[in-house]
Amino acid sequence: MTPADRLRCVAAAGLLAASGATHAQSASDPFEGWNRAVFGFNEDLDEAVLKPVATAYTNVVPELVRTGVSNFFGNFRDGWSAINELLQAKPIAAAQMTMRVATNTLFGIGGVIDVASDLGLERQREDFGQTLGRWGLPAGPYLVWPLLGPSSLRDSVALPLDLSWATGALTNDGVVRIGLTTVELIDVRASLLGASRIIGDIALDKYVFIRDGYLARRRSMVYDGEPPELAEPPEPAEPQDDAPAAAK
Amino acid sequence: MSLKQVLAALSMGLALAGAQAQPATAPDALIKQVSTEVIDSVKGDKAIQAGDVGKIIELVDTKVMPHVNFQRMTASAVGRHWRAATPEQQKRLQDEFKILIVRTYAGALTQVKDQTVQLKPMRAGADDSEVVVRTEVKGKGDPIQLDYRLEKNGTSWRIYDVNVLGVWLVEQYRSSFAQEIGAGGIDGLIAKLAERNKAAATKT
Repeated sequence: MTPADRLRCVAAAGLLAASGATHAQSASDPFEGWNRAVFGFNEDLDEAVLKPVATAYTNVVPELVRTGVSNFFGNFRDGWSAINELLQAKPIAAAQMTMRVATNTLFGIGGVIDVASDLGLERQREDFGQTLGRWGLPAGPYLVWPLLGPSSLRDSVALPLDLSWATGALTNDGVVRIGLTTVELIDVRASLLGASRIIGDIALDKYVFIRDGYLARRRSMVYDGEPPELAEPPEPAEPQDDAPAAAK
Repeated sequence: MSLKQVLAALSMGLALAGAQAQPATAPDALIKQVSTEVIDSVKGDKAIQAGDVGKIIELVDTKVMPHVNFQRMTASAVGRHWRAATPEQQKRLQDEFKILIVRTYAGALTQVKDQTVQLKPMRAGADDSEVVVRTEVKGKGDPIQLDYRLEKNGTSWRIYDVNVLGVWLVEQYRSSFAQEIGAGGIDGLIAKLAERNKAAATKT
């Protein structure tokens, strides 16, 4: 699919959503029309810039170096995870993550080598959005942000803190900060190249697929992988006979 | 679950295959057995590692599908509209959905390199007829959560849902399916699934 085709699809989908022709409106996504438009923008940007750059990065930079880069950023996020585990009143997990960061920083050359995983100190990712969820704040409506992608109202509230930690604590130098953010972005995107290829093949509607996947995964993360069973979802509204059939 | 126990379960399964009074393999032993078989097959097959979808589908059909209740999986993804569908429609839904899922699985399998599957402790009563088996795929990078819902089927167990990284497959497809059915009915959904499968098949 060329970017232009994609744009047309997104536009068509956006129109449908706006005209109310899609019946399966999700209760967790009241801003679907707007979200779809931003999603389409992000997709085009990804196709035009981020994906090619990440692909080139994967082709040019040796795997050993890429792993080191991932570990370095991962180690930094692990510090944030440790703090959030503390905020979630999980002292044992917090101590483990602190040990992990200390081990990797000291013996893994500043976090470039992940020695802690081999010692059984595995990564448990926590962020401030999960911390808010842990204390009972519901996810709220689904939101898609330009550049930043899928989020929920809760995760958006947490986003400034999560973002400021990711790169802000490393340096005050604006140029270095932008540089680091860029490399981290490329690193993350490169790690998703395989997954994004698969999603393109298996999703009936990529927007819905990513939305539902995001919301379910975040819910699972709040409960550390074992969320309580959900009641059966409410039945979608009956299709109306006079509504136009969605374009194929 | 030690390797010895798995081997014991495996050989027992082989020895008793076909026998009528086959004892029930524990659900977690079944998952361990199937995962190990699949991973070993991938490791020993260069064509699969290179992404030969045909061979992967063959592998999944022979090793995994016999242990899956695919009708239940499809029915619960389709939701209440399943009952309104004709048997013919139900069969077509099931066939197309299966191809879609197997392709998903195929994509994931090409990433298999030095992974192992570890079972997490199971909390289930002796006479539960539905259980969740939790596993973790360990390899390079962070462990991947991979859970299964199984139902008792006479003396054996069958998988009816899979959870990857916290997302249950059936739930993942439910609202997409509802959207397609809302727009074009059951036949609309069948057409959409077929179209997706066709597009992916010509691409690879």
